Amino acid sequence: MISIEPVAAPGAPLARRNPVAKVAAALVFSFTLLATLDPVAPAIAIAVELAVLPLFGIRYRVLARRAWPLLVSAAGILITLVLFAADRSGRVLLDVGPVLVTTGVLLTALGLVLRVLAVALPGVIVFATTDPTDLADALIQNAKAPARFAIGALAAFRLVPLLGQEWQMISMARRARGVDAGRNPVAKLRLFTSTAFALLVGAIRRGTRLAVAMDARGFDAGTPRTVARRQPFTRADTLLIAAAAALAATALTTSILVGTFRPLIG
Amino acid sequence: MSGVLLRGFGWRHAGRRAWAVRGVDLRVEAGERVLLLGPSGAGKSTLLSALAGLLPEDSGEQEGTVEIDGLDPRKARERVGIVFQDPETQLVMARCGDDVAFGLENRGVPAGEIWPRVDEALHRVGFPYSRDRNTAALSGGEQQRLALAGALALRPGLLLLDEPTANLDPAGATLVRRAVAGALDADTTLILVEHRVAEALPLVDRVVVLEPGGGVRADGPPGEVFATHGAALAAEGVWVPGHPIAPRPATATPGELLLTAEGLGLPPRLGATDLGVRAGEALAVRGPNGAGKSTLALLLGGLLRPGTGRVTASAELAGADRRTPPHRWRAPALARRIGSVFQDPEHQFVTSTVFDELALGPRRTGQPEAAVNDTVAGLLDRLRLDRLAAANPYTLSGGEARRLSVATALATAPRLLICDEPTFGQDRRTWRELVDLFADLRDAGHGVVTVTHDVDFVAALADRTVTLERP
Repeated sequence: MISIEPVAAPGAPLARRNPVAKVAAALVFSFTLLATLDPVAPAIAIAVELAVLPLFGIRYRVLARRAWPLLVSAAGILITLVLFAADRSGRVLLDVGPVLVTTGVLLTALGLVLRVLAVALPGVIVFATTDPTDLADALIQNAKAPARFAIGALAAFRLVPLLGQEWQMISMARRARGVDAGRNPVAKLRLFTSTAFALLVGAIRRGTRLAVAMDARGFDAGTPRTVARRQPFTRADTLLIAAAAALAATALTTSILVGTFRPLIG
Repeated sequence: MSGVLLRGFGWRHAGRRAWAVRGVDLRVEAGERVLLLGPSGAGKSTLLSALAGLLPEDSGEQEGTVEIDGLDPRKARERVGIVFQDPETQLVMARCGDDVAFGLENRGVPAGEIWPRVDEALHRVGFPYSRDRNTAALSGGEQQRLALAGALALRPGLLLLDEPTANLDPAGATLVRRAVAGALDADTTLILVEHRVAEALPLVDRVVVLEPGGGVRADGPPGEVFATHGAALAAEGVWVPGHPIAPRPATATPGELLLTAEGLGLPPRLGATDLGVRAGEALAVRGPNGAGKSTLALLLGGLLRPGTGRVTASAELAGADRRTPPHRWRAPALARRIGSVFQDPEHQFVTSTVFDELALGPRRTGQPEAAVNDTVAGLLDRLRLDRLAAANPYTLSGGEARRLSVATALATAPRLLICDEPTFGQDRRTWRELVDLFADLRDAGHGVVTVTHDVDFVAALADRTVTLERP
């Protein structure tokens, strides 16, 4: 399971920024990059992302460990595209039986992989440096999100790690009851479905109990909530968003200037 | 400081035929400490929910009236604090301090007052850690202390405790009771629901007994109530002090070895352990939290692959699978030989009626339908489940669910039975039935292994005890 706990040094200058500002900066940066299909703009973006990593207090090794599912999927995309792309233009690099790799194929594949990484990394960085409680607080205080939604989601989130243990328990309990699937794929699917159903029933019951406990402490009281933890939104936070926009724009401009820019639409 | 007044109060949950609680007349003066008792199903928890204002008008039907300081409890919510049984589903936030602050934020307490009140509440319950401690890193007893602090921070006039120690091991339960005793001041009215009367008595000065059919059976100082109603309450399942249960020592010497563990472990959960289980023997496994008792039960039950060492079944137990360890047996073969009863009964339920639940094992192991019906009928009768044959297992009470989970393991007549905390949170009646059932099995030549914190259960049943240390 992908870990969701923050891994950054909490005192790093950019890790300390308001969580809403970090999310906004990441969204601005990623969405700007979506505008082009070329490899140059995402390559610049990745360089920028890796360069600011120390400012967020994340060590490169830690990022690699956190982002491995992303790297695996990027490699998967690369291989799939190289093997199956319809466009076989350009110089032939490799011709082994059915596998025909050309410069055109390689360039398209590389562009796509770089895009995936460039667009996803800001999100990884934000969640690696943000405590979920702080994010919920900031969403309520700075983005005017409803507290019922933000705190409710936060509380539900706390129960997620339990689901893994619960799945293992239910599976073992079924085996103890004499229920297993052996090698029959249909039986396997049925066992999977019924285990998932039992997990769901348990999750709903726990969720209901938690909701009652929250209401017992006035969560549904309707009185205006106060906040115990202030999340200030300062000039530095505005600057972070502006800088993200400026850097993404620079990447796009460079790609236009070197002539590789390929708009997503048109 | 709040008072409670109930006049002919009753509540029926929407969609149910029976009243959960009915005909209750009760006045609790401000500052009183009341222990609310009654057999399972007398409606104690429903009554507490009503007092806490947690029964929405559209969720059922009400009879009579219930008032807190003359107000409808739904409008007096800020005067009432409640702590429930399950620590896992009461904590909202990731950090302890934030969790106590949660209620204060909801009630709109000015930001400047929040943290002093959080610190005060944590201090009152004797919380040993800082505000930044992760709530997931706490033991069950510590989590319940924190939940208590969360309720006390709101300075309730009436504090309701719904079996706050039922899900805890003895050490955790002691922690919570001490915290309650230390945190109460003369201004707080207390209503406590608790099966374990002896432990609860130091906290209360009045006992109220609910009648399952409706109304209040007894009300008064503990001494008087138990002198008159003690024996009847004990027979109905309340843990009344001074009514010991006769132990069931073995009637014969144990037979041959059924299962052997050599250097068995699963780092980091369980260190290397050696033990043997014999036919006709009741073995208790004890040890502190985190010693890996549950893990050992799963390993012995053939449900987990050992990390180190091995589990060997005797030729008699293993039958055709003599050459493979239990964790590699097919599930139907395993269920015929080794039965496992999990700590949480609901994990084990697979079907939608009690009857099918009991029939599942025998059908899976290939018994003819007539034999299946006989087995099920016998178990339904033996474990007092006959009236519930058509009920959904998920709707059973705690005691019924426990009896069903034990019965499902017995349905395939395994030679060896392994149980994880079978008596957890059980009332006296179910407890006694479990002792008798396991003792009968042992005397009929089965091996019984119980992983348990329950000292009384060990004393009543076990022939031998193995104590695990933390790895």
